[in-house]
Amino acid sequence: MSAIRIDGLVVELGDHRILDGIDLEVAGGSWLSIVGPNGAGKTTLVRTVAGLVKPHAGRVEVDGVPTHALRARARARLLALVPQTPVIPVGVSVLDYALLGRTPHVSYFGRETAADVAACRSMLEQLGVAELAGRPVETLSGGERQRVVLARALLQSAPIVLLDEPTTALDIGHQQDVLELVEQLRHEHGLTVVSTMHDLTLAGLFADELVLLDAGRVAERGPASAVLTEAHLREHFGARVSVLQGVDGPVVVPARIPRARGPGSGPERSKEAR
Amino acid sequence: MTATTAAAVAIAPSRLRAPWLAGGILAVVVAVVVGVAVGPVGISPVGVVCELLSHVPLLGVHSDLSARDAAIITELRLPRVVLALLVGALLSIAGASYQGTFRNPLADPYLLGAGAGAGLMVTLAIVSSTATLGGSDQLVPLAAFVGAFGAVAASYLIGRSAGGVAVVTLVLAGVAISSFLTAIQAYLLQRNSDNIREVYTWILGRLTVATWTEVALVLPYFVISVVVLLMHRRVLDVLAVGEDEASTLGIPVARSRLVIVAAASLATAAAVAVSGLIGFVGIIVAHTVRMVAGTSYRVILPLSILFGGAFLVFADLLGRTLIAPAELPIGVITAFIGAPFFLFVLYTSLRGRE
Repeated sequence: MSAIRIDGLVVELGDHRILDGIDLEVAGGSWLSIVGPNGAGKTTLVRTVAGLVKPHAGRVEVDGVPTHALRARARARLLALVPQTPVIPVGVSVLDYALLGRTPHVSYFGRETAADVAACRSMLEQLGVAELAGRPVETLSGGERQRVVLARALLQSAPIVLLDEPTTALDIGHQQDVLELVEQLRHEHGLTVVSTMHDLTLAGLFADELVLLDAGRVAERGPASAVLTEAHLREHFGARVSVLQGVDGPVVVPARIPRARGPGSGPERSKEAR
Repeated sequence: MTATTAAAVAIAPSRLRAPWLAGGILAVVVAVVVGVAVGPVGISPVGVVCELLSHVPLLGVHSDLSARDAAIITELRLPRVVLALLVGALLSIAGASYQGTFRNPLADPYLLGAGAGAGLMVTLAIVSSTATLGGSDQLVPLAAFVGAFGAVAASYLIGRSAGGVAVVTLVLAGVAISSFLTAIQAYLLQRNSDNIREVYTWILGRLTVATWTEVALVLPYFVISVVVLLMHRRVLDVLAVGEDEASTLGIPVARSRLVIVAAASLATAAAVAVSGLIGFVGIIVAHTVRMVAGTSYRVILPLSILFGGAFLVFADLLGRTLIAPAELPIGVITAFIGAPFFLFVLYTSLRGRE
């Protein structure tokens, strides 16, 4: 059964057509990763699914219901979004911040119950950040912060989690940590995961399926081995890469452009590299 | 693992803690007693406390003040102190709420143009109809509300569309709106010079003429706006993560913001209607509370009410004692303290952005 269904989705911002007729289905419990060059519309696609951007044409359905027709609370119970750069209020403690995730389950004028606080504590525990509960979020390291933001998203108890560039500010070790964590939580909580990713190798390593977006259209889609080919990456990214076969999937390795050595060449990069 | 679990359990979510609540109530009580005791006719604080308690039923406290001193307290000083409490509380909770909903530490009823908007509409009501200041005229707070809400909405929309450093553009838009509205007001006053003196003393902010009538006028608005804003204290905490994230967390952002801004504007309008333009209270009080007691609006809003009220009573006390027997307008006192404070907040919030 498909958890998310996107039909003929068109999104325009000002005069720019950002998404130009997207058709996509995401199976319940699967992990779909969206890759593509800068400006391809990855973030806009995720934001539209999250209900933050209104489609100009077409529709996004979650469990058969169009997302932008839902009230904010109902949507928040279905979809949790981890934005690329979350806004961290000054001075907010880890516990208070994670507790915001219970918002869709707290009545508008109500307050969190003891059960909400307990759920929050056990989530922080599960994500290994329980001992940070009293710290201001802005004092955490990038990896710790990403875990706290994930905790907030998971506390929404939504079956679908949208991750916009979850690994951007992290070093390679923490990138793996976070993605392994998402994978583990996906299995434990039976989540459907949609992520946008810059790192193609990591994207292929973790997702069940990749979608390559270019100029607002789905250019390629399928398992990593089918999407991450040298030809596709040259065509859509203008990238010169070698794709090697690693143990767990394709490994994308950037390559230098071979050029004649001589005076004036050397360290400067050619402007025509693309 | 057990150790970390215990540490995590020891940390509780942000709530208003009893010591802070007690501190706020104490500040109000001290402000009332000092505010009532100080004046041209010396009355001892003990006498003031006895007199005040003698009006509380069932306590059986007897006041041994003379009838004249008792009248000075109940008819002159107490209404003024109570009005200062209410106005200070209104301006502080309005400032804190504007700051929360616009996510802007510089937001203040005065700087967003709410004061000027209310001032213009009240002036308009006075020069174009039979509305009068310093009475129970319901047209005055109503006109003030329309002006306050309109000016804040305009500042917000202009500041938002201008882009740039949002913290600064909102206030710049508010300043521009204020100047524009003040210019229209000045024009109206010059054309209707019979009202000019009364309106000008009102603009500078005054509690001089406070009677129980003003208290009765402001009280319903106080109750409505304070209740509505306090009900939104958790929503304000969610709005702190920004429009998009608050929306994905399930908050109907546009509607919440509208209700909060309307309630804060009503609070501002009620304060302006009885006391004129008293600037910077929202910035001074809300920020001091935030710095010392916590950043959650569950803490900031209730404490702003208590400390804001006490603050304005003391500011008014300064106003009427510094150059006694003459009085300094209270707006002068709050601006004298508030403008440097504003610069401090501006400096720290821009530094924090780097």
